[in-house]
Formats: sequence, C-alpha cells, structure tokens
Amino acid sequence: MATGRGETRTSTVENTKMSNGQPRNYTNGHKNGHTNGYKNGTNGKTNGKSEKGGRWQDDFEEYFEETPYHIAILTYLGYALMVFIGHVRDFLRYYGIEQDKSCTESNQEGFSPLLVSWESFYTRNMYRHARDCWNRPICSAPGSTFDVMERVSHDHNWNLEMTGKTLKVMNFGSYNYLGFAENKELCGRDVQRVTEKYGVGTCASRQELGYLDIHRELDSLVADFLGTEAAITVPMGFATNSMNMPALVSKGCLILSDELNHASLILGSRLTGALIRVYKHNDMKDLEHKLRDAVCEGQPRTHRPWKKILIVVEGVYSMEGSLARLPEIVSLKKKYKAYLYLDEAHSVGAMGPHGRGVVDHFGLDPHDVDIMMGTFTKSFGACGGYIAGSKRLIRHLRANSHSAIYSCSMSPPVTQQIISTMSCIMGRTNPQEGRRRIQQLKWNTRYFRKGLHERGFIIYGNKDSPVVPLLIYMPSKIALFSRECLKRGLGTVVAGFPATPIIEARARFCLSASHNKEMLDKALDIVEEVGELLQIKYSRQPVPRWTSEALEPSPE
Amino acid sequence: MAIIPATWDMYDLIQGFLQAPAYHLIFEALLMVLIAKLFFSKSYKPEKIRLSEKEKEVLVKEWKPEPLAPDVPDDHPALQAMEKYCVDGAVGKTVNINGKDCINMATLDFLGFIGNKEIEEEAIKALNKYGVGSCGPRGFYGTMDVHLDLEDRLAQFMQTEEAILYSYGFVTIASAIPAYSKRGDILFADEGIGFAAQKGCVASRSTVKWFRHNDMEHLEELLKEQEVEDKKNPKKAKVTRKFFVIEGIYANYGDICPLPAIMELKRKYKVRIFLEESMSFGVLGATGRGVTEHFGVSIDDVEMVVASLENSMASIGGFCCGTKFIIDHQRLSGMGYCFSASQPPMVAVAASKAMELMQNNPVMLVKLRENCERVHKAIKDIEGVEVRGSPLSPVIHLQLSEPAADRDLDMKTLLMVQDKAISQGVAITPARYLDNEEHLLPQPSIRLSVSSQLSEEEIDKSMDIIKAVFRSVLSGNTAGHGGGGDSAEAHS
Repeated sequence: MATGRGETRTSTVENTKMSNGQPRNYTNGHKNGHTNGYKNGTNGKTNGKSEKGGRWQDDFEEYFEETPYHIAILTYLGYALMVFIGHVRDFLRYYGIEQDKSCTESNQEGFSPLLVSWESFYTRNMYRHARDCWNRPICSAPGSTFDVMERVSHDHNWNLEMTGKTLKVMNFGSYNYLGFAENKELCGRDVQRVTEKYGVGTCASRQELGYLDIHRELDSLVADFLGTEAAITVPMGFATNSMNMPALVSKGCLILSDELNHASLILGSRLTGALIRVYKHNDMKDLEHKLRDAVCEGQPRTHRPWKKILIVVEGVYSMEGSLARLPEIVSLKKKYKAYLYLDEAHSVGAMGPHGRGVVDHFGLDPHDVDIMMGTFTKSFGACGGYIAGSKRLIRHLRANSHSAIYSCSMSPPVTQQIISTMSCIMGRTNPQEGRRRIQQLKWNTRYFRKGLHERGFIIYGNKDSPVVPLLIYMPSKIALFSRECLKRGLGTVVAGFPATPIIEARARFCLSASHNKEMLDKALDIVEEVGELLQIKYSRQPVPRWTSEALEPSPE
Repeated sequence: MAIIPATWDMYDLIQGFLQAPAYHLIFEALLMVLIAKLFFSKSYKPEKIRLSEKEKEVLVKEWKPEPLAPDVPDDHPALQAMEKYCVDGAVGKTVNINGKDCINMATLDFLGFIGNKEIEEEAIKALNKYGVGSCGPRGFYGTMDVHLDLEDRLAQFMQTEEAILYSYGFVTIASAIPAYSKRGDILFADEGIGFAAQKGCVASRSTVKWFRHNDMEHLEELLKEQEVEDKKNPKKAKVTRKFFVIEGIYANYGDICPLPAIMELKRKYKVRIFLEESMSFGVLGATGRGVTEHFGVSIDDVEMVVASLENSMASIGGFCCGTKFIIDHQRLSGMGYCFSASQPPMVAVAASKAMELMQNNPVMLVKLRENCERVHKAIKDIEGVEVRGSPLSPVIHLQLSEPAADRDLDMKTLLMVQDKAISQGVAITPARYLDNEEHLLPQPSIRLSVSSQLSEEEIDKSMDIIKAVFRSVLSGNTAGHGGGGDSAEAHS
C-alpha cells in the first residue's frame, strides 16, 4: 500500500491498537480514532485543543482532531463493502465467470503457495483500484515543480501504460525540505568535479579499501554540523538504522519503541535480538510507566536486571507531522539511565533555527542524545544516513557496525552533494543562503498550515512540522483526491490502510523552501476546490489559536 | 449438532427423576455440593509482589546499565588500517594510498568500470537533469524514468519478465527473503552465504536449516528429514514454503555453487530458490548473466535471482529479477524497496551505462576470465598459503595453511602482508568479518579481486610481489619492515 519513510505500523502494533481501539469511549459522542497520545480522558486534553504551559511548551502546539463519529462508521462501511465485493468477484473469478487478470504462478505443481491469500486479495481487490495514485514516474528533478509522466489504464488499473505525455505539476510530495533537490548553481559544479575525479561507485566497504578521503571529510563535517564529537555515514538511510542498531544493543537489552516508528527502526530493533516493548505514540506517561517497570522488574522470567535500555524515537513523525517531546524524553532518560536513539530523518535540516533538527528546535544539548541518527535523503537532496554521538560510540561503530564491513561505502558524488549542501546550511559557503532557506521553510509551513486550518480541513501535527497530513478518511476519496489534485497541477501523496489506521486515511503535503507564496496560494486554492468537491472539510473545532497571530511577511 | 428427540419434554424429565434410584440422587447431590465448593473457594493465586514507590525509587537509583558501546581502543587494528589506507581519488585500476599509486587487487570492480569516462559522462548528464537525490521512496514520486529504464534493461538482459531495483546492495537480499518467507516457513541455507543473506534469514523469522557449504549430500539429508516431518503433519506441510538460499560465487570462499545438482533437488523436493549473484553477475557466463548461464540452467526455473550492482557494475544498489508474479509482490512487501528513498538517478544511469558497455563488449568478460585463470595459476604455489576459489572466480581467498589457534595472530600476519604489499605497490586487503555475528566464521584470509583491466604484465608483477611478501612474512623475516605503508622500500 502507500508507503514511504515513516508510514509503517507493524501488524502487532496494528493489532493491539485495534483491540484497544475498538471500544473507545463514546462518552462525548465522538469516535476517538487518532492515536497521538492526546486523547480525551488519558491526558485530560479536550478535543482539538492544543497544549500550552511550561517553558518549552510555550512554543509547542500540536493539533489533532478526532475522527467524527459518522465519518468513522461510513469509512468502516466503505471498507466492508469493498471486501464484500472483492469476495464476490473472487468467487466469480474462481468459477471463470469473470476473467481473472491477476498474475498467477505457473509450473508450480506440488509447491505450497508462495503468497498469503489475504495479501493478494488486498492488492487484487482494493489497492488495484487506486494503483495509479502511487509510484507515479517523474522525469525531472524533484524540485518545486516536476514533470509527472502521464499514465492511463484501459483495463481498470490492471495495467498502466505511459502515454508519452508529461504533466508539469507543483511538487508537494517529495521530501525536498530545503530545496536542495535542484541547485545546479550551488553545488552542481562540485559534484561534477568529484564525479570526474572519483567515479560513481567504490566497489568496496570502508574497511576493505573503500574509505576515501572525501568520506573522512564528510564524517567530520557532520559531527561539526550537529555539535557532536564524531559521526559515521552510511550510503542508505534505511540501512543506517537496520545495520547499526544491532551493534548497539543485543539479547538481554530492552528497546522501548514509539508505536509509530519507521519500518527501518522496527527492522533494526528486531535484528538486535533485544526485547522490544512499544509505548503509545508520544505518550510520556506510558513511556515513564514502562521504563519504571522495566528497571524495577528486570528481564521477564529471570528477573535479572536489563543490560541496557534504549529508547527509540523519531524527531518528526512523517505520517503524523508530530514532534517527539524531546525535553521530557531527555529528562526521563536521565532519570532512568536509559539511552536515547533519535531518528531525525525528517527533521534534520528542516527543524530548528540552525537546521540541526529537533534538538536544535528545542534548544537542547546534543550531548544529551546518545545516538543521533538522520538521513541525507530529505533536506540535503542526496542519499544516505549518519549516526553521530560520542567518540567512543562512533569508534565502536567504525570497527563493528555491519555497514562498515559488509557493504560498499558511499558514492563519491553523493558524498560531495552532502558536503556542499551542509556547508551551505552552516553558512560556510554562501552565507545567508542556508539561513534564508530555513526561515523560508518555517514561514511556508506556518502559512500553509494556517491556510488549511482556516479552510476547515482536519490536519494533524505540530505547527512547525513541514509534514502536513490532511485527513480524508474514506478509501474512495483518497484516490479521487490524488487524481483531482494532479489534474489541477498539484502533486501530492496519499496513504490509506495499512499504512495508516483504517479510519485515518490521509493526504500528505511536504513543504519545501523552494515553494514561494504564490505557489502556496495556488496549492491552497486547489485543495479548497477539491475539498469542496469531495466534501472533506470535516473540522468542527475552532482553528488553533496560533493561526490568529499575525504572520510576518514571507522572507523571500 | 445434537438433535433433541421429539419425545423429550418436561414430563419425561420429572418421571425420570422420580424413577431414579436413591443412591444415584445422593451421588448427584454430592457432586453439586462439590461444584459449589469449588466455585466459592479461593483460587490459588500467589501473592504478587507489589513494590512501594519508595522501593522503586531505590531500585531505579541502584540500577546501573552497561555502557552503550564497548571501549574500542584508538589503535584497534581495523580502525588503524582504515585510517592508514584511506584512499585519495578513485578506487579504480590503481589506487592512490598515501600519495603512492598501487595496482588495485582489493576492491570488487571486476570489469574496471570505475574511472570509465563514458559512464562518468552519462552520470554527469543525469546530474544536470535530475540533481543528486530522488527525495522520496518509489511510491511517492521517487520513481524516475531512469529507474524504469534500468529495470527494463536488467529484466531484458537477464531474460526474465521483470526486475526490481533497490537502492543499496545489502538490503536487496535482506529484503527479498523476508518478503516471501515468513514465520513457520523453512529456509535451507548454505553455511557459506554472505552476511546480507544471513540477515535476511534472521529478519524473515523462518526456520533456518543450515547445510554444509556446497555439500549436496548433507542438503539431501536435511530434505529427507523434512519429508519425514511433513508426512507426519501433511496439513501444515501444505502451507509451509521452502526455499534454498545459495550464492552463485560465494564471496566468502570464491567457489561456485553446484547449481545443476541443486535444481534436481529443487524439483524433487519442491523447494524454491533464492540465488544471490552479487559476485557472479557480470562475471560468469558468455554474456555475464551469471551462474545460470554458466551451467546452462534456464533462469525461469530459478524463482528469484538477486544481485548487487556494487561489484561488476561499479554503481550503488541492487536488483532482484524473476516472473512478474513474484517481483510485483516485492513492490508492496520488500521493506528496503517500500520504505527507502530510491536510488539517486545519476547512480542508476551509471549502472545502466555499465550494463550497456558490458553488453556491447562481451570481450571484457573473456578478458576477465583469462585474468582470473592467470592469477590462479600464478598464485597457487606459495608455501604456507592455501588458495581457495574456483579458477573462474575473480574473488580469491589466500588463507594460511597452518592457522594458529588464535585468530588474531593470523589476522596480524595477514595485516603485515597487506602492509608490505601496499608499500611495494600492490593494494590488497584481508577479508573483514564481524567475528561474533557470522553464522560460520570463515578462516582469516587475504581476499584478492581480479579486474579485466589488468594487463598480463601487471598481473605477473603484482603476483610476484604478493608471493615475495608472503614468503618474507611467513619466514619471519619481518625485522625492520613492520613499519607500514610509508616505509621507503618500494620496488616499483
């Protein structure tokens, strides 16, 4: 289904959520659908109100609105209808009344079936209808606009064909937060020079002569940028998590993981062999409770004390637009002597006055986070990831991480792209340019969020998060929203079950410093128009207070 | 469902009760009392230990976690070597280490595509058009025309219906295995498979049955055992998927898998195949299609062929190819495909161009084979060194024939060999492993890699140097030369 960084919920999490979630309290007549830690009753927060108070909370406002009761019921009915029709059609296909256009495995008599039937049922009967909303090929750089290659289907989405035409649309789908996806002037020449000097690949791991001087330069630059003692870089963001976590914890350790953590963190956690406990998204009470229990009770059965406890969180959650409550997590971590693994895939570059991520946003000391992880895919317009922390940690990873030994090192041109963009953000080259982009992104984020709030859409997340989820709920409307927006020149991303809970299907906008006010206005108009058409202005809550504050003029 | 007889009614019940003998009634009454007693008696529940908040505070204060990372000394051999042999410039046919050009016999660039000007030109063109990063996963506008082109090219070249691209070699096999093999399924894996495939097996949570490296008899034994198991529980066996996990050329040993024998077992025992071809793609076979072409096995009979583009294609990424039915499933279930940003377009273009060059000049494959054979012939008679690997393999492992009991000692010897070789102008490297993580840790070795670009003279010269270095190190004649790569005893 719709996928991307941050859009995962493991099936186990899904199950627990379903079992806890079904009989949710109906006392206020609302179906409490969302899972963002701020539900009625649990935290004493009222519906849709944002939180104020305390020091760091002064500027911390997150907004979640519950799924309206009737919408939740209609959405469930929609899915039920689709499943029912799917079964009827499968029945017809089985008896050859309807032609079966799906692929089947040939020449495999006597073999047990390769795929689980439910998975193929879902792809065949549900995902297929909206297939054209994902994997849309593009043929240009993913800048503020891009060229989407038009596709048509003559057989109800079983097969998609390219028409050869392209559509120039505004890009609100790529993770191009600081607009570095296209910048020939700024670093194109450097990258070209490096390509000519080093070639594209390395064909060797770091420990087997694949360690280039340019990698050394990047490692120390990343450490400088984040304000940590040292850093190590990996050619793929996903692999940074899945290949380095096993070097940090092992059997006899406990991982406390936020329920909305990304697939790479879940896979990495699994590969460690440590016990994994999941706490409710951003629910600090739940986290503290689980931490306390873990320290007091020790390992299950043996009751030996845990070797280490690792809290794994993300900076910005890419499907919710929410921020980790880092100051609280840091104080909990200190109190219980746990270690903190912070994944800043979506926040490094995009958050904080200096672009150093959520740590910078909250004004915390980077030394308080034991393992700072992030990716270069998003804000830096490159590819790969890093882990930063103490010298001791990085020394250990250099010697013992899977990525240092078993896989090839980072492609030199990609390395140079990161060096160039990071130097720009730090103000070492083109002073002011990095700062300007960060401020532009922040302004864009608030302007766009404000616009959507005022138009009556339900959107989630922190007011400063450049990831803006807009709730659509119904499966048929997801596809229509995506198609209608594309038709009007707005490329956006939609996600439904199983990437989100069943009743929380959504569209997602990713803002970028390369968008200007004109584009944002145009995009808001398009969303408004499509929103009217689909009747998805569900919000019944007053707009959050911060939107009434005057927004400074755009820093363009 | 039991059917209540039509004659059964309240009257009969009362009649039955009245006619029953007294002892029966008493017995039933006793039973009822017993049930009532059980019902009201306290169930056995050991008292749960409840800690007071104060006690908890103490426990929290007392607990001392282990340090996050063990203290690796600054002079850890792997770190030292890494820093010492940091390369300046391209890792091509020659590498520049500390200002000295060495013939490269260490990195896996079999066809010499690093430093190829045509590839660089194409990559730069792509850079100017697309920028560097793709800024999104394949599902969310991260699919570019160049990715589709490369997938088409790969599928066509491999003669399969479809191919799927991953943005990193390691995650390709590590994602492909768990996409199909789930908890309860069985993986028959060779003990020599690489680390990425091992991690794939772990991530799948399937049962892994290891067979001895390239030992078909052992494999058949395991299959027979499984057959007996299956007969006991045919219902379960019907839904249990079975897979072989094998490599074309084993990176850890340099030998080729006996594919025809495996195909026979596959048909006989109904097992599907994961074939990892990272070392054999672009190496084996007349056109470089890998081990299937080498043995003349139809690729249609191998369900999944997985290879990395990081070796012979000198790019970054990996791919998996097979039928549409199989590959399409990964587009929604391959973790490393769905949840990761796609390959940078310029990297995909570089791989595409490398493919084109290989397809247009199959001579380079012949040259590679000749070079491999030449190296094998030249290297085989060093006293105290055992050469592992097929003569067709560009990966050759040089092990000590009398390994010491202490692994670190052997590693030290090999590092000394590396050091001296580099100082004399031949870049080589010991194969690196994580000693505690491998399923079966291979013996320490120097891993030579052969490139098609090397001329005969270069091979002969570097072989002479390697042989001389081995002899001098093994004979203990190391006094004064242990210093390192910067010592001024270069011969070239």
